[in-house]
Parts: sequence; structure tokens; C-alpha cells
Amino acid sequence: MTKKVRKYNHWFLISPYLILFTIFIVLPVVISIYLSFTYFNAIEKPSWIGIQNYITLMTRDEIFMQKVLPNTIKYSLIVGVGGYLLSFTLAWLIAQLTPIPRTIFALIIYSPSLTAGITMTVVWRVLFNGDQQGYLNALLLKYGFIDKAIQWLQSPEYLMDIMIVVSLWSSMGIGFLAMLAGILNVDESLYEAAYIDGIRTRLQEVIYITIPAMKPQMLFGAVMSIVNTFTTAGIGVALSGSNPTPQYAGQLMVNHIEDYGFYRYEMGYAAALSVVLLLIIWFFSRVAWRLFGER
Amino acid sequence: MARFSTKTNPKYFHRSQLKFYFILIPISAFMILPILFIFSQAFKPLDELFLYPPRFFVKRPTLFNFFQLFNAARGSNIPISRYFMNSILTAFFSVILTILISVFAGYVLSKKKFKSKNLLFTVNNLALMFVPIAVIIPRYIIVQSLGLIDTFIINILSLLVMPVGVFLVKQFIDQIPDSLLEAAFVDGANDLQIIFKILVPLLKPAISTVGILAFQIAWNSSEASVYYINNENLRTFAFYASNLTQVAGNTIAGQGIAAAAGLIMFIPNLVLFIIMQSRVMNTMANSGLK
Repeated sequence: MTKKVRKYNHWFLISPYLILFTIFIVLPVVISIYLSFTYFNAIEKPSWIGIQNYITLMTRDEIFMQKVLPNTIKYSLIVGVGGYLLSFTLAWLIAQLTPIPRTIFALIIYSPSLTAGITMTVVWRVLFNGDQQGYLNALLLKYGFIDKAIQWLQSPEYLMDIMIVVSLWSSMGIGFLAMLAGILNVDESLYEAAYIDGIRTRLQEVIYITIPAMKPQMLFGAVMSIVNTFTTAGIGVALSGSNPTPQYAGQLMVNHIEDYGFYRYEMGYAAALSVVLLLIIWFFSRVAWRLFGER
Repeated sequence: MARFSTKTNPKYFHRSQLKFYFILIPISAFMILPILFIFSQAFKPLDELFLYPPRFFVKRPTLFNFFQLFNAARGSNIPISRYFMNSILTAFFSVILTILISVFAGYVLSKKKFKSKNLLFTVNNLALMFVPIAVIIPRYIIVQSLGLIDTFIINILSLLVMPVGVFLVKQFIDQIPDSLLEAAFVDGANDLQIIFKILVPLLKPAISTVGILAFQIAWNSSEASVYYINNENLRTFAFYASNLTQVAGNTIAGQGIAAAAGLIMFIPNLVLFIIMQSRVMNTMANSGLK
């Protein structure tokens, strides 16, 4: 191999990734930004309308302002932030055990995140079924808490809460594993030193030693938590079986995008929604970097 | 000279660990009950599925639901084995290719020195947060203009970009000393030889992890089948299963079929993870973002 070839070798090695990355991630984002300034119904050519879509989004889309945005904020705060705190807490608790039980607990807590899509129908829809054969209804009826079966998944007042429970259940993914590994790898001598310096409680130990020592894993966990939040966002539709969800109770940005893009064919407007969603995700990630990034 | 009677990562059991069990056992019960339910439900005969009051665990297990699942496909002219084959091929190729692509990219981003390296890694880290559904429309337009609608290959192609994979491999390679690779260079090895002869054996944990993640995504994904494929012959089992349950999910026979399909979707992921979990944890130890 000549020297010159070797000098540019890395471009050959990385090119498959770069090409696919460009096609499936970079280009879609660029096109999305362009389309968001157009009217596009998927049949005719997109026509440039400036920031009209964004104006509509801010002023005329009542469903977005009244339902989708508040839903999204509530959902992502509870599932994103709550799920993150929960996965750190669980990882820390598990790390206090001996290896064999630790492995078993880790496996149990990780396994829900392996389930996808169809498990919604198998487990959760059966559990929350609206008739007496739904497990929750049967249980509540039996002990006399309610005297009439409740339509859990079709009632606007319950849908969001159920979505949050189900999302939290399945949110201990690789972020959780990374944090567990991070906690287990904290240098023992750090703890020893801290005991000498007078750390007295478990909480102090966690705050002053464990978390600072595993900042990189905390950041990775946070990023994965953000991803998880927005990728599980489809479950409202999966649970209730319809898009839009009943009275938009479980409608999140992702569902709103699908609604406009694939049912109403207002692709330009859907693209504007996508751009806003990307901005929101980017904002959250900045917050995570601020909190845990090493400068 | 530990102040606490218990410590993180203990080697031996001590009474003071009991309190953690008291907290963890109820939580794990909540986590695992729905999983047990998937198993139990799949083996229930019809009368147990619709028993009132419902019974959680199956009493007289039967394979009836699985036969029903296989029969359900017969009506549509396409045997279920076709969907399976599509899924298996998709998963197989996307795992192999994702590993190759991630190792190549991870190696370059970790050990090579060139101008735009840091930029590329930063962009990759940003893309960790990428949610495909947010740009599903432009993606469709691109796939269409590349002429990939209704091709089998799009099943695989749409899964190959995995920023997490590149990231995990890169972080893992960072731990391998440069001197080892330099020694190989001096001995006249080229990049490919270095990757396959030196790196790959050392990278086993990271490669297994990327493989598992790629498999999970490929096995569970129905994105390509939903958006890019109209030809029923090319669609995957994940699509078939979720479609079947949407259509048949509320009918009497449908629930049993859905349960069987759900179990088939879940088992491979679980088994793979159990086999590989120690390697996954090994990779995760290096997974910090810096």
C-alpha cells in the first residue's frame, strides 16, 4: 500500500457509515426544514409559503396549543425526567447487592424494554380492557371499588396516566444498564477517602462521590432517556387503538405529525411540526449536557 | 475502613442488604408480572382467555394459539414462513452490516487523526438523539427518489445507521492502547488487517452489544414494512404481527393469536440478552459521553 492511499484510508473505512448517515439522518432533517416553509400535499410540487406554517402552528392550531403541547410537556417531564431518576435509583439499589441477585434483578428490570409494539395489545390492552373481562376492572369490581366497568383506554381522564405508567415500565433500557455499570465501576478508593474526610450518610456518598465519578454515564443515560421518551411516544395510539386518541387526551407531537402527514396529507405543516419537535429534543439534550457534560 | 456496614458492589451477603431487597422485590414484581402474563396468555386455551373473573396464570396450557397464528396466514395466500424468512434475513444482514459499519467508523473516529474527526463525532453524538418518526416524511421522499420503494433491501438499509453502535464501539476502542496498533503498523499490517486480526478479538463485548441492539431494532421494527413496502411478500413478521392484532385484536380468536405472536416477538430478544448480558455490561462500563 502506498503512503498516499494510507493517508486517505480512513475515508474509505468510514464512508459506508457517512453515506447512510447522510441519506437517512442528515438529508431528512434538511428536507424537513425546507418543507416546513412550503405548502405540500404529497401530490403537487411543494409551493413556498414562507413562515406561514409556523404562524398557523402558533396561532391557529388550537389542538396543538391546547392538547398536544401540554400533553407532550407533561409526558416528557414525567417519563423523561422521572424515568431517568427512577433508572438511576434502581441501578443504585441493585448495585448494593451481591453479583447473582444483582444480575437477576437487572435482567427483570431491563426485560420490559425489550418488549415492543405488539406487547401493548397483548398485555396492556387486555389488562385495561373496558369490559368486565379486563383484569383491572374485574379486580376493582370484585372488591367493590367500582360498580360499573370503566373504559380505561377510551376515557380522556385515564389515558394519559396509563400511557405514563406503561412508558415508565418499559423505560429501563440501555441507559439504565450504562448507569448500573457506571456505579459498579466507581473506584473504591474514592469511597475510602470520603469516609476519612467525614462523609456520614448514604445520600452524601451518592451525591458527592458516586454521581460525580460517573458523570459520563449519567450523561449517556440522560441522552438515552430523551430518546426513549420520544420513541415510546406512539403508545397513546397503540393503547387506544386510534389516531387521534380519544378527545386528543393522549395526543403527543409524534402522533400530531402522523395525523397531519399521513391522514390529512398536509406534509408541509407536518414538516414544520417535525422541526419544532427536533428543536425540543435538541433543547433537552443541551440541558443534559449542561448538567453532566465535563468542561 | 468502611463506615457503612454495606458497600456498593459487595462480594458477600450481609444482613444490611436486606433493606434493598425489600424495596427491589415489589418493584421487580411490577416489572415482571406483565412479562409473565405474555407467557401465560400465549398458552391459554380459548375458554381460559375469556374466563370471568379472569385468571392470570394458565391452568391447562395448549399450543392452540400458535396453530391459530399459523392458520391465520393461510387465508391471505402468503404463508407465515414468508414473513419469518423476511424477518430473519433482515435481522441477519442488518446485524452483520451494522457491526461492520460501526467497527469501521468507530475505529476511524477513535484512532485516526484528521481534521473533521471531532466534528463527525459531535454530529454522531447529536444523532444519538435522533427520532426517525420526526422526519418520516422526508425519509419517505428520499427512499422513493432512490427507487427503493417495494424492494427487499430497504428493510435492511433503513436499519443500518445506528449512532449508538458507532458511539459504543468508539468508546470501547478508546481503551485500547495506541502502541498496540502502532506495533502492528510497523510490522506492515494495513487497516483491514488491524481491524480483523487485532481489534475484533479485543472488541468482542462491544461487538456483541452492538449486535444485540441491532437485532432488537431489526426484529421489532416494522417501519420499513409500514411506510416503504406495499408488496405483501416483502414485509416482515413484526409488521404482520402488529397488523394482525390490529385487525383481529378485538375478536375472540384474535386475542389468543396476538398473545402467541407477542411471545414470538419477545423471546429472541430475551434469550439473546440473557446469553450476552455480561458482555453488554462490560461494554456499558465504557459508555460514558465526554
